[in-house]
Amino acid sequence: MSITIPADLNVAHSDEHHEHHDTSGNTLFGFWLYLMTDCILFASVFATYAVLYMNTDGGVSGKDIFELDFVLIETAALLVSSITYGLALIFAKRHNKAATLAWLLVTFALGCVFIGMEVYEFHHLIEHGNGPQRSAFLSSFFALVGMHGLHVTAGLIWMVIMMVEVAKTGLGPRSITRLSCLSLFWHFLDIVWICVFTVVYLLGAL
Amino acid sequence: MSFLGKLSLDAIPYHEPIIMVTLAVVAIAGLFIAALITKYKKWSVLWNDWLTSVDHKRLGIMYIILAMVMLIRGFSDAIMMRTQQALATNGAAGYLPPEHYDQIFTAHGVIMIIFMAMPFMIGLMNLVVPLQIGARDVAFPFLNNLSFWLTASGAVLINISLGLGEFAKTGWVAYPPLSELAYSPGVGVDYYIWALQISGIGTTLTGVNFIATVLKMRAPGMKLMQMPIFTWTCTWANILIVASFPILTAVLGLLTLDRYMDFHFFTNEGGGNAMMYINLFWAWGHPEVYILVLPAFGIFSEVISTFTSKRLFGYTSMVWASGVISVLGFIVWLHHFFTMGSSANVNAFFGVMTMVIAVPTGVKLFNWLFTIYRGRLRITVPVLWTLGFMVTFTIGGMTGVLLALPGADYVLHNSLFLIAHFHNTIIGGAVFGYLAGFAFWFPKATGFHLNERLGKASFWCWQIGFYVAFMPLYVLGFMGMTRRINHIDNPAWNIWIYLAAVGAAIILVGIILQFVQLYVSIRDRDQNRDTTGDPWNGHTLEWSTASPPQFYNFATLPQVADIDAFTDAKEKGTAYQRPKHYQAIHMPKNTPSGILMALGITAVGFAAIWHILWLAIVGLVGAFIVFLFRAYNNDVDYYVQPDEVARIEDAHLNHVVRG
Amino acid sequence: MLIRKLSKAASAAFVLMLAGCDGGVLDPKGQIGIDEKHLIVVATLLMLIVVIPVIFMTLYFAWKYRDGRDQEIYAPKWAHSTAIETVVWIVPIVIVIILGVITWRSTHDLDPYKPLVHEAKPITVEVVSMDWKWLFIYPEQGVASVNELAFPANVPVNFKITSDTAMNSFFIPQLGSQIYSMAGMTTKLHLIANEPGIFDGISANYSGAGFAGMKFKAIATQTPADFDAWIAKVKQQKHTLDSAAYAALAKPSEYNPVEYFGAVSKGMFNQIVMQYMHMDSHENMEHMDTEHAPDMADMKGMHDMAHMAGEHAMENTQNMADMDSSTHSAPSLTKDSSTEPLSLEHSSTQKVEAE
Repeated sequence: MSITIPADLNVAHSDEHHEHHDTSGNTLFGFWLYLMTDCILFASVFATYAVLYMNTDGGVSGKDIFELDFVLIETAALLVSSITYGLALIFAKRHNKAATLAWLLVTFALGCVFIGMEVYEFHHLIEHGNGPQRSAFLSSFFALVGMHGLHVTAGLIWMVIMMVEVAKTGLGPRSITRLSCLSLFWHFLDIVWICVFTVVYLLGAL
Repeated sequence: MSFLGKLSLDAIPYHEPIIMVTLAVVAIAGLFIAALITKYKKWSVLWNDWLTSVDHKRLGIMYIILAMVMLIRGFSDAIMMRTQQALATNGAAGYLPPEHYDQIFTAHGVIMIIFMAMPFMIGLMNLVVPLQIGARDVAFPFLNNLSFWLTASGAVLINISLGLGEFAKTGWVAYPPLSELAYSPGVGVDYYIWALQISGIGTTLTGVNFIATVLKMRAPGMKLMQMPIFTWTCTWANILIVASFPILTAVLGLLTLDRYMDFHFFTNEGGGNAMMYINLFWAWGHPEVYILVLPAFGIFSEVISTFTSKRLFGYTSMVWASGVISVLGFIVWLHHFFTMGSSANVNAFFGVMTMVIAVPTGVKLFNWLFTIYRGRLRITVPVLWTLGFMVTFTIGGMTGVLLALPGADYVLHNSLFLIAHFHNTIIGGAVFGYLAGFAFWFPKATGFHLNERLGKASFWCWQIGFYVAFMPLYVLGFMGMTRRINHIDNPAWNIWIYLAAVGAAIILVGIILQFVQLYVSIRDRDQNRDTTGDPWNGHTLEWSTASPPQFYNFATLPQVADIDAFTDAKEKGTAYQRPKHYQAIHMPKNTPSGILMALGITAVGFAAIWHILWLAIVGLVGAFIVFLFRAYNNDVDYYVQPDEVARIEDAHLNHVVRG
Repeated sequence: MLIRKLSKAASAAFVLMLAGCDGGVLDPKGQIGIDEKHLIVVATLLMLIVVIPVIFMTLYFAWKYRDGRDQEIYAPKWAHSTAIETVVWIVPIVIVIILGVITWRSTHDLDPYKPLVHEAKPITVEVVSMDWKWLFIYPEQGVASVNELAFPANVPVNFKITSDTAMNSFFIPQLGSQIYSMAGMTTKLHLIANEPGIFDGISANYSGAGFAGMKFKAIATQTPADFDAWIAKVKQQKHTLDSAAYAALAKPSEYNPVEYFGAVSKGMFNQIVMQYMHMDSHENMEHMDTEHAPDMADMKGMHDMAHMAGEHAMENTQNMADMDSSTHSAPSLTKDSSTEPLSLEHSSTQKVEAE
């Protein structure tokens, strides 16, 4: 084992700095890996949907229940929220606390619009007897869209926590790392939603 | 719904004397241990240094302790099954009614795979991998602690099922529609779901953690193709974990929706499709067996090369063979159900793919052989396990290829031949590997040696017991005996059933000897100290540390230029050097957050099983609050000052010099 | 061919070794089972080409290069040899290629779905696994039996298999292949007995508490006439397997004795298969020709899925056709509304509730 000996304490300091930097890199890398596992989770539920979407058991099919206009607005809200989140992150990296908070708030509002519309859609379906208990198709539809919705909700809760953190402690390296992770998460959910929109709604309504 | 949901005093199986006696024994043992801890005033040590530890070495030891406790539980189930079948011949009913017997074989499978083999494997990985790559800890030490407690949480739930309610009566695969509410209305399947779900999430996090660790935290100079072989096989296993455990999470989640909210994924009604469950389950389940066995392969490689005092033959081949096994492991799942009625093309494809896995596995065997070739093999306990493995696993591999032939599987599927086969590979492959690793790294983890004679005696009991217990099952499989039956009415089978029971008893002696060995070794630890940290003349970096390693592992991060980094250093004379100055070392602080969060999640699982809404909310909110506290705690790390490092290192190096 | 001779010798050895193996898969009495046994023997022999040397080398090397034998060469740094590496990759690859070819061919030859080529006209038996017994329906003869199966030796038997409850596996070890029985779908199996006899039949997939008692006797009669005699015996039973009798039979029971039904309602098997389908005959007729009829969609979906899980795991299109005629005549067996027959009223109630 060869051993490197620092010339003086300065070297040690720079080493420490390096270590901290690395930790943030590790966190982002680890979060990427987590997103991969999430991706496989979604893929499994997608596969289930693909297998079951024809099994309507005499009930409604996608064509009967999907309202593309409505979903389009929902989709737009989520897509725009990705852009606004990107803006928030840009300002965060410039250490502009007010702008960061403002854009986070906009993102949060758009996310709430998305979730609100989804809840409305679910409620509407259940009210008309097309709840997840009705058929395997509806089970898989509710599970897939609902799982995405739960993820978005988790993202929104995380966003609130981050807004409190930024408001109270400013934009330190820890906050930036966390905002970056949330950014990955938020964009990831966007991509998943594009898949949901295409596979479930577009193909289902056609 | 009542305050305690479905839970009432009726859930305690008073009428089952076996269970009540077991519970009493467990309670007495628990009280005894608690009394000992109190007597020696070790509660604060237990809490501060172990339960809240984020040190990968301590977590590794706790994983292995968990695995051993669960081995006792899982093996008790095995003994009960063997004795039930042996007593229930010639039309006798035996002593276990179906509702009890069916729980036992389900629990045996789940416990042995999820709560014995997995924690044992992850424990060894925790203990060794960071040391082998010259790192001070894993990438996310707190997450590592949380992963352990989530695994423990699953184990706790499955053990609660013994005394409260029941466990699943579905077999460890829990195929729907049998596992659906319509056919399994009790809480058994719910215990199964939540125990697997919670521990599975812990395992996924472990996979993420260790991939980040080996990719980001290797010692300076260590290239990927210079990582020790055990680290490599663990890395492949972790890639498999990350890629396959989410599928388990998904499929269990869907089954949960079916059972709790009347969804129709796998039900007979409503257009559900049970075949989807079976496909998804094995898309996780097959990679899972490679997750178990690949690290064991790594252990054998380390053991063989260390004890022949020789470099590992064909390192590159070994790394890629493991990689090929990992990738192929994902495209063979259908061989678990050739008899479902897939077309000949589909069955043939999956059959051939399965056989292809025999190629890299065969290569590994040959590489071990050529590592022994022209070496100086010291016949120690780890080597015995390795040789036992090489013979036993070869037979298991052969029967595996046989089962991969759809034409043969049509008559051997679900028979005792299959049972013999997978015990042949999981015991003869994975468990022998873990036990080899246990004996190999024990002095590293604890600072003293295991008793060699008892270790050898235990090995021979295991080895002989294995053949006596499982070869008859191959025969019974050929005789048309299927798995999971609780009595035997074919007199021609009796003799083989009796033999298998004898074999199980021999293995029992092996296990007892293992615990005796542990007791004797701890008792005589002062005579068997490993003062140098390098008891076997090891090749890799873990042997360059003290035994047990300093809590920060390495005072200065080693510079690596070879696969056998420590051998290289010893040959170049750079090992055991004393630097002029030490630097401060940045370390994470222990934290109770992991165990507290897992406690909350255990409460959620328990509440979900018994439909106690308020407890689920309390558990969830509690876990979340602890998480928030952890996220906003600024006091999570500290620096070990250079003079303290110098003091510890000097003490160690003085030991080495004296040694 | 050498392999063939060797395999004969080895199978003789196997039989000797497992003298107690009477009645098992190594004592086959049907062509499928005989072929499968042959396959097992050939594959085992092929693998032994690698397995025996590996086991021998393990023990020999461990003995020869053990510590203390200083006369042996010691090469601590020797860790690579292109020649050896090539051989250790090539040998298993070659064996796996041979095994792969055998696998491909045998899997197609022994496909359980493939009808057997035989001069005799096959008979059809419809098999239903129930909690916890086997129901056999003879559609051509119009009878049914529980836990006893009969067919003439040397006549191919076409099994159509489904389940009333959980998944089971229909298996007569001495005749060869098994196949799963699954609710809501039909699997197929083709077997033949080469000689008369009474063979043990089991479920080979655990299905709950009474699983161990899910046994039946498969009687391969000496001649077709003997089979006809068995049918005549069953027909003497005045019991008719209609919906009511089926509902009574479907109640869980363990170690069910043999039962005979002298008559069976028309389309019984298809009703059992379709009992979990939410069929609505009216709607069904209306949409039969349109592509998006929900029930048709159902079938299509299942076929899509079957591509993944098993291509011809079901043959629902055919069942659909049968179903059409049967839903009107026979009372339904719908599980989720076990008391009321599946009818137009039922589905309209549902709609009212929905709105």
